[in-house]
Amino acid sequence: MSGAVDTRPVDQPASFEFTPENLAKAKAAIAKYPAGRQQSAVLALLDLAQRQHNNWLPRAAMDYVAGLLEIAPIRVYEVATFYTMFHLRPVGKHLLQVCTTTPCWLRGSDEVVKACEKKLGIGMNETTGDGKFTLIEVECLGACVNAPVIQVNDDFYEDLDGPSTEALLDALAQGRKPPIGSVKHRQGSAPEGGQTTLKDVTFAKGAT
Amino acid sequence: MLADKDRVFTNLYGQFDWTLKGAQARGDWDGTKDLILKGRDWLVNEVKNSGLRGRGGAGFPTGLKWSFMPKQSDRPCYLVVNADESEPGTCKDRDIIRNDPHKLVEGCLLAGAAMGATAGYIYIRGEFYNEALNLQAAIEQAYAAGFLGKNACGSGFDFDLYLHRGAGAYICGEEMGLLESLEGKPGKPRLKPPFPAGVGLFGCPSTVNNVETLAVVPTILRRGAPWFASFGRPKNEGTKVFCISGHVNKPCNVEEAMSIPLRELIETHAGGVRGGWDNLLAVIPGGSSMPVLSKSIADTILMDFDALRDAKSGLGTAAIVVMDKSTDIIKAFARIAKFYKHESCGQCTPCREGTGWMWRMLERIAKGDADISDIDLLQTVTTQIEGHTICAFGEGAAWPVQGLIRHFRPEMEKRIAERGARPMAAE
Repeated sequence: MSGAVDTRPVDQPASFEFTPENLAKAKAAIAKYPAGRQQSAVLALLDLAQRQHNNWLPRAAMDYVAGLLEIAPIRVYEVATFYTMFHLRPVGKHLLQVCTTTPCWLRGSDEVVKACEKKLGIGMNETTGDGKFTLIEVECLGACVNAPVIQVNDDFYEDLDGPSTEALLDALAQGRKPPIGSVKHRQGSAPEGGQTTLKDVTFAKGAT
Repeated sequence: MLADKDRVFTNLYGQFDWTLKGAQARGDWDGTKDLILKGRDWLVNEVKNSGLRGRGGAGFPTGLKWSFMPKQSDRPCYLVVNADESEPGTCKDRDIIRNDPHKLVEGCLLAGAAMGATAGYIYIRGEFYNEALNLQAAIEQAYAAGFLGKNACGSGFDFDLYLHRGAGAYICGEEMGLLESLEGKPGKPRLKPPFPAGVGLFGCPSTVNNVETLAVVPTILRRGAPWFASFGRPKNEGTKVFCISGHVNKPCNVEEAMSIPLRELIETHAGGVRGGWDNLLAVIPGGSSMPVLSKSIADTILMDFDALRDAKSGLGTAAIVVMDKSTDIIKAFARIAKFYKHESCGQCTPCREGTGWMWRMLERIAKGDADISDIDLLQTVTTQIEGHTICAFGEGAAWPVQGLIRHFRPEMEKRIAERGARPMAAE
C-alpha cells in the first residue's frame, strides 16, 4: 500500500459477539474441516465478523473468534494482520479499492485514481468527512482484460476511465448501486463490439 | 482458428445460464458415473495421454502429478484447487468460476476419483466474492442432484467438495502458501520436500491443481485424449484460455489452440495492437512473473510452453500484457516490482529485502536518477534473490526485472544519460 500507515488510536468496542444468524454461519464454516482442524475456519469467521461490524475488525472481534475456535488470540492477530482484506480500523461505507497494478495502469488507472481524489477531495488511505468513502490502492484484482477496475466493497466495476469513475461515485453518493461489471456494458470478458468466438454454439441453444 | 465445436468453455463470456440446468444443456455432467466406474488407472492414463499440462503457470503434466498420490492410504487424501488467481494479467479462472462453475465442480469429482481423494477444497481469492457465490451455488446444486457427497453420481465413490475463501494475499497462489492458508495460518510457503502428495493439507496426501486444469478434464474424458492432443504442438497439447490485456484495441479472454502464433492471437481476437502491429513495444506473454519479450521475438513467437521457454520466458498463465510504443517501459516494470514488494510474505530475507531493493532502484532509474553501473547492480540483486528462497515467488519477482534488462537495457541507459549520470556518492 502506498501512503503513510495510519497509526492514530481507534475507538475499540469493549465486546463483540456474533448475531445468532452469524453464529450459525460460523458453525457451518467450522464443519467444513476435519475434527481438530477448526483453525482452518479463521478466515471465514473473521470475514463474518468484519461484515457484522461495519466492515472493520475490532480487537474484541478477533478475541471472540479466537475463543470460538479455541486457539490463542495471537494466532488470530497474525492472520488478521497478514491478509489485506481485513481492516483493523474503521473504513467508509463504500470502500473504493482501486487497482493500479501494471495491466490496469497501462489502461489508465492513473485517471481513475485522479477522478476519485478530485471528486472526493481525499487522498489514498483517507476517508471522507461524512464517512461515506475510503480510498485505497490495491494490487491486481484479476480482471485485467476489463481494466481499469475498482472494487467497491464486494463488487467490481470495470472498463473505467475518468468520467465513468466520477459517474460511479455520483451514483454511490446518491445511494444508488449501478449494475456491477463493465461500465461499457461489455459481455463479460468478450472483446468490445462483438465476440470473435462462440457465435455458433448450437448445443447451447435452449440453455439461456 | 479453433472451431467453436472444439471449445471447452462454451459459456466463457456468460451469455448463457451458468446453473446446473444450463450446464447440463451444454453437455456437463453427462455420463459422469460411467467415467468414474472406468477406474483410477484409466482416468489417470487418459489425462496423461491427452498431454494436459497444468494451467496455473508451471505446466507440470497433470496425469503424472495425479499418479504421485498413494494407491493405498490409511489417512484421508485431499484434492486442493487453486482458485487464488492473482498473477497480474490473469483473469481466466474468474470466467470459469462465474460462468462455467459446473465444469470445475465436475472436474473436481473426476480428479478426486482419479487420485482416490476423500474430499476437495477449492481455495478462491477473497476478492472474488460474487464469483464465490456462483461457485458455492453450483456446489450446492451438484449436492442436491446427488452428484457430490456419498455415492457421488451413483458411482459408489464418496466425495465432498468445499469452498474456502481467501482474504487477500498473492502468495496464497503458491501451493505451499495455499496449504498454510487453508489451515488457517498466514500464507507463508513451506519448504519442499516433503511434497504435497506425501505431506500436504492437514499432513495428509494432497494434490494442488489450478481451476482451468480441472475444468477441462470432464471434456477431455468425454471426447477422448486424442481429441485434446490434436491441438497444439507435441508436449504442448490442448486448448487454452488466453487473457489479452494492455494496449490492444479490444482486450479480451479467448480460448484458442495451444501453439497459436502470438500475433495471430492478438490480431484475430483482440482487435490488434493499438496503432497497429508496428506500434508494438513489448509483450509479457504469461503473467507478470514471466520475462518480457521484445517486438522482434513477439513477431513470430508461438504461444506454448516450449517455444516461450526457448525465448527465455514462459507460458505461465497465458496472460498476455501488451505494451505499445507510448509505454514508459521502465515505469511499467517499476510497478510490477512494487507489486512483488507488496506481496512478498516476508519469511525469506532475499525476497523480503530484495523486492524492495528492486522496486526502489527501478523507480530511480525510471526518473534517470541513477548511475549506469546501477543497472548491473540491479541485475546482481535479481540473481541474489533467484534460487535463494523457499518458494518460486523469488524467481517470479526477479525474472521480470531480468527480462527488462535483457531487452531494454539501452532504454535504461538512455534514461540515465538524459538526466546526467551522477556518482552514487553524490546523493
